[in-house]
Amino acid sequence: MLSEMLHQLWENGVIQRGIWETVYMTVISTAISYIIGLPLGLLLCVTDRDGIHPIPWLNKILGFIVNVFRSMPFIILMIAVLPVAKLVVGTSMGNKAMIVALVIAAAPYVARMVESSIKEVDKGVIEAAQAMGTSSSKIIYKVLVPEAKPSLIVGAVISMVTILGYSAMAATIGGGGLGMIAITYGYQRYNDDIIWICVILTIIIVQIIQEAGMHIAHRIDKRIR
Amino acid sequence: MIELKNLNKTFKTSNGDIVALDDINLTVSDGEIFGIIGLSGAGKSTLVRCINLLERPTSGDVVIDGRVINTLPGKELLKVRQSIGMIFQSFNLLEQRNVIKNVCYPMEIAGMDKKEMLRRADELLEMVGLSDRKKSYPSQLSGGQKQRVAIARALATRPKYLLCDEATSALDPNTTRSILELLKEINKTLGVTIVVITHEMSVIDKICDRVAVIHESRIAETGKVSRIFANPQSEIAKELILPKGAESNPTPGSRRIRIIFDGSESNMPVISELILATKVPVNIMYADTKDIEGKAYGHMILSLPDGESGIEKIFAWLEANNIEYREEV
Repeated sequence: MLSEMLHQLWENGVIQRGIWETVYMTVISTAISYIIGLPLGLLLCVTDRDGIHPIPWLNKILGFIVNVFRSMPFIILMIAVLPVAKLVVGTSMGNKAMIVALVIAAAPYVARMVESSIKEVDKGVIEAAQAMGTSSSKIIYKVLVPEAKPSLIVGAVISMVTILGYSAMAATIGGGGLGMIAITYGYQRYNDDIIWICVILTIIIVQIIQEAGMHIAHRIDKRIR
Repeated sequence: MIELKNLNKTFKTSNGDIVALDDINLTVSDGEIFGIIGLSGAGKSTLVRCINLLERPTSGDVVIDGRVINTLPGKELLKVRQSIGMIFQSFNLLEQRNVIKNVCYPMEIAGMDKKEMLRRADELLEMVGLSDRKKSYPSQLSGGQKQRVAIARALATRPKYLLCDEATSALDPNTTRSILELLKEINKTLGVTIVVITHEMSVIDKICDRVAVIHESRIAETGKVSRIFANPQSEIAKELILPKGAESNPTPGSRRIRIIFDGSESNMPVISELILATKVPVNIMYADTKDIEGKAYGHMILSLPDGESGIEKIFAWLEANNIEYREEV
């Protein structure tokens, strides 16, 4: 049977707010991660040894920084960057601070996702663009990004789902959302049903993101007809 | 005019240096269709990429219309590239753009007015016979249609030169023929100078005026297509022109001669006349003649019957009629 607690949480709108907070943290964090990660990923790709504008030293440095952030488990990174969050948003508590932590963890991840999508663009097409006298900067926004668009969207879906997972972890150090509800009302007060409700709600959100994203990616991809 | 002067290209790899081009000297005159033929790995793709500097030569100069382009600053080089069209074996169309937008691409890069751009794209698609596929995407087109779009795209900025890198190698024989005809027409009507890279001799003899045979990074032989067909000097040219097996399998004991058709005896039924005149029966072992500009070029290998007197008669007749021949060993 469902517990009294669950009923109360629903009546008081706590679960509804949890859903909203999870969605909001995920969407905002993904957006900001892409503002940083997209140019970073492009830079990684373009400056690569066989990229369109090789700058080996810059590529090495960027690659190293990205790897450092990527190799840290999120739960540790999150705590480590709290001072940065305080610096940026003025507090190390709450959803705003969590967004800062999520962005720091996700941006390098996004950069690698973008890099791999861009690397899928046919070398021959890039060569043709070069043969037509396209400058490197124009190749980026006229060839690389448009040609990789479906793959970039698939990457964004994967990143968003990953960030959603991270956001639940952020609940352990004061973030909100479904993760917080599962931990405080479910785990700490022995209400298994609340944990399961949160799990199911998370699955539904992931499914919606996944389905919608894949639908868009498929629709804009002109290669499949 | 395109001039390549003492061009060298060496690729540095972890397994040591690989010489792709070794002292290449070539001149492509305005208005001609120039072929570059070689086996795969001979360096021909690297060579054509040196013309628009997609590949930087290690040393030597690329001179286009009297201007050395390998020392030009980046911006100037982009302008030069806009004046040299290029098509590829794998077409390399932008997959996420439809046909008309693909054709517009180089004009966007050149900063053309939008209206003018669409008008020009229409005109080009008309020329390549794809006016009805404007809104199609490359994935909906056949190989031949893709190459037509690529040709339209390559010509959009009215380039003086068109480089074709194995442009028909991925196409079936019929499509190849129609693409070659289109290229020839472009050369004739627009006066575009065309450089054709291929490993197929049939492409060369269908459209080229002159040809360079490239082998192991060097140019083995250059000359008019008719001359090279009639009389290949280098081993590699012989190998490319005479398919394998043509020179092997001699019948033991019998003597063989190679008759060379160089275009001068096109209307004369040589073999019939030879047999009628000498009364010596000969056996045709191999024949490969091509019709180039209405004249016959090629080779025929005849097996001669035993008996010195008959052979003497044949030699005498050939010499009297000014027909080039050579005894095969």
